[in-house]
Amino acid sequence: MIEQLVLEEVLGVAMRTGGEFAEVFAEDRRNASAVLDDGRVEELTSGRDRGAGIRVVVGDTTGFAHTADLTEAGLIAAAEAAAAAARGGGGGTNIVALDRRSASRGYDIETYPGDVPKARKVELLGRANDAARAVGGAISQVSVSYGDNRRHILVANSDGLFVEDDTVRTFFAVSCVATGDAGMQTGRESVGHTIGFEMFDMYDVDQLARNAADRALTKLAARPAPSGQMPVVIGSGGGGVLFHEACGHGLEADLVAKGASVFRGRVGQQVASKGVTVVDDGTMEREWGNIAVDDEGNPAQRNVLIEDGVLTDYMWDHLRARKEGRRSSGNGRRQSYQNLPMVRMTNTYLLAGEEDPESIIASTPKGVYVKHLGGGQVNTATGDFVFGMTEAYLIEDGKITEPLREGNLIGNGPEVLQRIDALGNDFAMGPPGTCGKDGQGVPVGDGVPTLRVSSLTIGGTAA
Amino acid sequence: MSEDLLAIADRVVAMAKPGEQIEAVVVRGTETEIRVFGGDVESLSSAQSQGVGIRIVVDGRQGFAYAGSLDESAIAETLADARDNVSFATFDEFAGLAEPDGVVIPVLDLHREAMVSFATADKIALAIELERVVMAADPRISGIESAEYADSISEAAIASSAGIRTAGSETSCFLATYAMATEGDETQTGFGFSVGREPSDLTPSAAAIEAAERATRMLGAVQPPSGRLTVVLDPWVTAQFLGILGHTLDGESVLKGRSLFAERLGESVGSSLLTLIDDPTDVRSFTATDADGEGLAARRNVLIENGVLQKFVHNAYSARRAGTVSTGNAVRGFKSTPSVGCLSVSLVPGISEPAALIAGIDDGVLVQEVSGLHSGVNPVSGDFSTGAEGLRIRNGELAEPVREFTIASTLQKMLRDVQAVGSDLQFLPMNATGVSLVVADLTVSGS
Repeated sequence: MIEQLVLEEVLGVAMRTGGEFAEVFAEDRRNASAVLDDGRVEELTSGRDRGAGIRVVVGDTTGFAHTADLTEAGLIAAAEAAAAAARGGGGGTNIVALDRRSASRGYDIETYPGDVPKARKVELLGRANDAARAVGGAISQVSVSYGDNRRHILVANSDGLFVEDDTVRTFFAVSCVATGDAGMQTGRESVGHTIGFEMFDMYDVDQLARNAADRALTKLAARPAPSGQMPVVIGSGGGGVLFHEACGHGLEADLVAKGASVFRGRVGQQVASKGVTVVDDGTMEREWGNIAVDDEGNPAQRNVLIEDGVLTDYMWDHLRARKEGRRSSGNGRRQSYQNLPMVRMTNTYLLAGEEDPESIIASTPKGVYVKHLGGGQVNTATGDFVFGMTEAYLIEDGKITEPLREGNLIGNGPEVLQRIDALGNDFAMGPPGTCGKDGQGVPVGDGVPTLRVSSLTIGGTAA
Repeated sequence: MSEDLLAIADRVVAMAKPGEQIEAVVVRGTETEIRVFGGDVESLSSAQSQGVGIRIVVDGRQGFAYAGSLDESAIAETLADARDNVSFATFDEFAGLAEPDGVVIPVLDLHREAMVSFATADKIALAIELERVVMAADPRISGIESAEYADSISEAAIASSAGIRTAGSETSCFLATYAMATEGDETQTGFGFSVGREPSDLTPSAAAIEAAERATRMLGAVQPPSGRLTVVLDPWVTAQFLGILGHTLDGESVLKGRSLFAERLGESVGSSLLTLIDDPTDVRSFTATDADGEGLAARRNVLIENGVLQKFVHNAYSARRAGTVSTGNAVRGFKSTPSVGCLSVSLVPGISEPAALIAGIDDGVLVQEVSGLHSGVNPVSGDFSTGAEGLRIRNGELAEPVREFTIASTLQKMLRDVQAVGSDLQFLPMNATGVSLVVADLTVSGS
């Protein structure tokens, strides 16, 4: 994307005013998407974003500038702006020599979506639409979306790091509305992987569409969710967002460093029930949060955050790690070249236990079974978090009974982690997610086995 | 100053082939974001970005493409992509661009030269002042999670083969901070902000004191018991609900069977105290604009009047399909085709100050923050349940802080249960304006 000699020159300019660290992050991203809604393929959209972000660090201050102009002149102008923003004291010239490394993710893309005729992508939309509507007359509306993107990144910094990577992601989602006597309900199914068009060898789009339609239909008969505290069983693959919110964000070193995490100062302590092991793993092949290198050029890693209930480590980016004199854990990510990187999750999951999932439900006299969670949100400083349930049922006398309408659950991270009292042997990854932090969205994955939390507050309306 | 953008849009439109309708949106933005921590700059980002979006309609089929660049080769590639995409869309008799409708684009004071010429050092000083006042506000303030200054100068031009041709520039800036208050092992947070079109509109001390007060008053918060209570939503919370309510009134949702108000025009849908307007021409609003995303004049629309549903909002496409005219509510960035949405939604304020509203409640909760709206509110079914924190109201006075609970109802029922609208309009960094709102009979789920 950019010549090595040009990068060395630009980094030299960035360091000239006394910078202690400088970095060029360049990105060339192509997006394609297609939407079918209300029975019509509304449009195909193609887009391209290309540019570079340059940062310069002086002491505790980071200066940042970005440009869509990847010529030498454009990059030097951005480097000067970033250096000026960091207000360096001036320290003469700095010679940067780059050492080119390769990034590897351990598997190959089989079919680049850019090589697939648009007509084939559109055909998938039509098939899913037909399959969802065929489920029944109560399905009153269907929306299907397809998306793929190819993101080429280049990172070069004043430590001599120089690495490029090419990432391909493919996404497909079906959303249905069902209409009944008591109004409308919605159901959704989505899949996404860090692979190419071969994703459609793994999934039958007709089945994905039927899953979405069934979810909407089931909820037509749903009763209001209960209000108050009770045991909650979370289904395999459906609820990784619980850990993303309950502890994931609180283990990001940038929030910890500001004192804005309830997990500050707790490394080495028992923070969760015995048996609970939480991992953040950017190397997980083909998953939505997979990366070969992070957006600071550091290789992805499998990082154990909580091991058998004991907090082992936080997640780190370059800046926080450098301050602590340690290595980045490969968690420095950014939405695009227009953003500064920060500590972000990749694929966050809870390892399986040994219990039979059926017996976890059977041993719960009264509670709620959440098959699919929606999004969530956490206040890392207090630990209070919420997450939505998009498909849930009552558990009565150890059996799954009536479906429940949507609602949020609320809990406190450190308390909920200590209340996990059953872990199933049926681990699965969940649907693709977009994690938002400070206005930046990045793709993340999550996974859980069936598990039970002995008590959570369910925010329904039924007494 | 946006004339060069309009010239680019004109050039794209001039490349239309026979039978093609073509529309170009060209944007440019200059943004600065400054975060401070510990009395010093933590990060300073300054950037200029630009982009072009091209929409083409041929014989009832629409194609679209965009690029984050304005150079000639990128524009040519984008035009070719948009053309290629046309052939894959389903024929739609209503597909087409917006036509000029004779409504004159209002002249609004949205661009301030003082914003353009404001020095970076002065921006840094504002952010540092914000943090300083937060830290000094109360001995229990233990730190800040964030303190930032941000501004933007946004220029946009739209031209089309249908005769649309408009360009404009808007400036805006804001200060925002999350304060942390700590007592023993417990930490609570509070948010404060100040918005304006130029830096002299900003009041760092008011934002800082608000954040500090919101954080400190939550110390000692307990989980409230479950029950049905009268709730006062503070302006910040009301605005978030209004944003969602706005979605249920967009013409596209109505046409596609996703609006719970679809068949209810002319009917009472809420308390007679409710009058909901969408008015992007009110320059006090952060998202005020003179033209919508298709280049039609922005205008004031009354959506609900004294509880009666009056109007859905439309862009050109949804209006054509619904057999009506655009209300000037096309919403878009350069990376997408126009959707339909409210631009700046607000309730007409009532006459009571917040203190008077609270004085009338024996047993209730003042909600100062909600969480999980994206997962907890379903705008199709109307079911909602969100995390909440705030202060208990007892015998007409604010009492102990409460947290880790949810409030739940349906949007339909909530509109009927509104008992009062406050007088305290608050303009926020979003497309909805806040005001205190009293809602009876919400389900509080706690211990």
